Amino acid sequence: MSAQVRAVAGSGVPLLAVEGLAKVYPTGKKALGGVDVVIDRPQLVAVIGSSGAGKSTFIRCINRLVEPTAGSVRLNGEDIVALDRKGLRAARRRIGMIFQEYNLVERLSVMQNLLSGRLGYVGLFAALRYRFPPEDIQAAFALLDRVGLDGYHDQRADALSGGQRQRVGIARALMQRPELLLLDEPTASLDPKTSRQIMRLVRELVAERQTPAIINIHDVALARAHADRIIGMKDGLIVFDAEASALTDAALTRIYGEEDWSRPQDADDEPAPAAAAPGSLSLIS
Amino acid sequence: MTTAVSYPSRWRAPSIFGSPGRRLAFWALVAAYLVWSLSSLNIDTARIIAGLPRAWTILERMVPPDFSRWQLLLTGMVESVQIAIAATIIGAVLSIPLGIAAAANLSPRPLYLAARGFIVVGRTFHEVIIAIFFVKLFGFGPVAGLLTLAFSSAIFLGKMLAEDIENMKPGPVEAIRATGASFGQTFFYAVVPQVLVKTLGVLIYRLDSNLRHSTVIGIVGAGGIGQTLSASFSRYDFDFASAILLTIAAMVAFGEWFSDWARRRLR
Ligand SMILES: Nc1ncnc2c1ncn2[C@@H]1O[C@H](COP(=O)(O)OP(=O)(O)O)[C@@H](O)[C@H]1O
Ligand SMILES: [Mg+2]
Repeated sequence: MSAQVRAVAGSGVPLLAVEGLAKVYPTGKKALGGVDVVIDRPQLVAVIGSSGAGKSTFIRCINRLVEPTAGSVRLNGEDIVALDRKGLRAARRRIGMIFQEYNLVERLSVMQNLLSGRLGYVGLFAALRYRFPPEDIQAAFALLDRVGLDGYHDQRADALSGGQRQRVGIARALMQRPELLLLDEPTASLDPKTSRQIMRLVRELVAERQTPAIINIHDVALARAHADRIIGMKDGLIVFDAEASALTDAALTRIYGEEDWSRPQDADDEPAPAAAAPGSLSLIS
Repeated sequence: MTTAVSYPSRWRAPSIFGSPGRRLAFWALVAAYLVWSLSSLNIDTARIIAGLPRAWTILERMVPPDFSRWQLLLTGMVESVQIAIAATIIGAVLSIPLGIAAAANLSPRPLYLAARGFIVVGRTFHEVIIAIFFVKLFGFGPVAGLLTLAFSSAIFLGKMLAEDIENMKPGPVEAIRATGASFGQTFFYAVVPQVLVKTLGVLIYRLDSNLRHSTVIGIVGAGGIGQTLSASFSRYDFDFASAILLTIAAMVAFGEWFSDWARRRLR
């Protein structure tokens, strides 16, 4: 935690500086066309935009689950794009990620899922026997309590509801004591009430832990209600970037195209986006 | 100008043959093939008729089964069971690297192609053919049987494992990778939990089928009860042979029951 505080108070190096980030998929699809974002304080940054605008690609290029084609991503000054495989693994420990489909390992218990957030810090053999340092165990119990799942540590992940699973997903990411949180549509599979609860939790955690978070979200109302800052994407480019209160109807038109924004919002207007399709899945890099 | 719309009220699912003419042609071909194959097999009715009474004599001599040489029977049986268990264990161990290498979502392309090629070639040959080959290499006895079943188990289990790994959910793997975990850690935390139960089920199934195979491959000299059986047949010891067959049937039934029971308990 002290890392961000130092970065904020000290040298003036931003927490996150993304420059010219671009991605062309092997299919030829240009999903990200040179994106610049600087986050210089712990804030909740919502990325909005139509389906296919490049939100997931952007967030995945930051921890290189998707390999960017060009550009740099500096986390507290260190360029993640330039790192080799070993350096990348070390950098990923400092970035927590939360997914739309929770991506818990369903047959494992809640505690096992949480401890997997510490894998970057223990050897393979210790991991196999679930020998984690006592402070990790303690942190896991504390986090479970914090996300409202006290006593659930021995439940199997597939026995939980969607909202509970996402809480475990959040706790797993926080187990890493991350310097940055990435959330890819964390509420898109949840009902409206649970979505709001999750958003509130994320907002509180960002403030408590002084950790900046980037959250992809297609629900404009949720983004407005909880984010400090909103980035609007369209066709792989940033077309809006300002504090949440500055998101006007004109700005929405720039992001989403023509539509009557004063009409009461109809949640079922747009089909839920399909789960992100990561190309070929590889354990390495 | 008619504005009244009349929708058709008749609809049939499209036939797989496309048209009635093609359907007729298809069945005509089937009939022609049957006639041709039956006539070209040279089925000699005289020989079949001559064989029937012989079958009766053999059956008569098989009852009552002769269990007096139960020690020989027991030795063969134990050897078969040992071959089956050891072959399953060795095959399971070998199948892990093979299965990982043959999973398209984990393994680099050249390794994947090599592993799949190996599996395809290995599966081409029936256990009995492999057993003949190993008997030629290592001589008569249980070693050839053990190697045969270990080899074919590794191929079978490797293929099943590869398929399970390819069908697992990619999300958890991605999530563990995103925490900065190494390949090995990701494998044990995201892949193993997803495939373990199914793999154990396949393993138990394979143990059961190895038990059955171990009785068969003995006939070509690869050890176990099959070898005893084959010897008793060639010595016209039909009453001992029937004792062996009954014992095999009992053991296979037990193996099947155990396999079902154990797999039901997995979850
Ligand atoms: N693995 C991939 N291969 C090829 N094209 C992809 C891949 N992933 C995403 N795309 C394309 O890139 C564009 C941006 O996708 P994405 O980043 O998922 O958008 P969003 O998250 O905003 O819906 C889309 O046109 C999508 O079809
Ligand atoms: Mg997306």
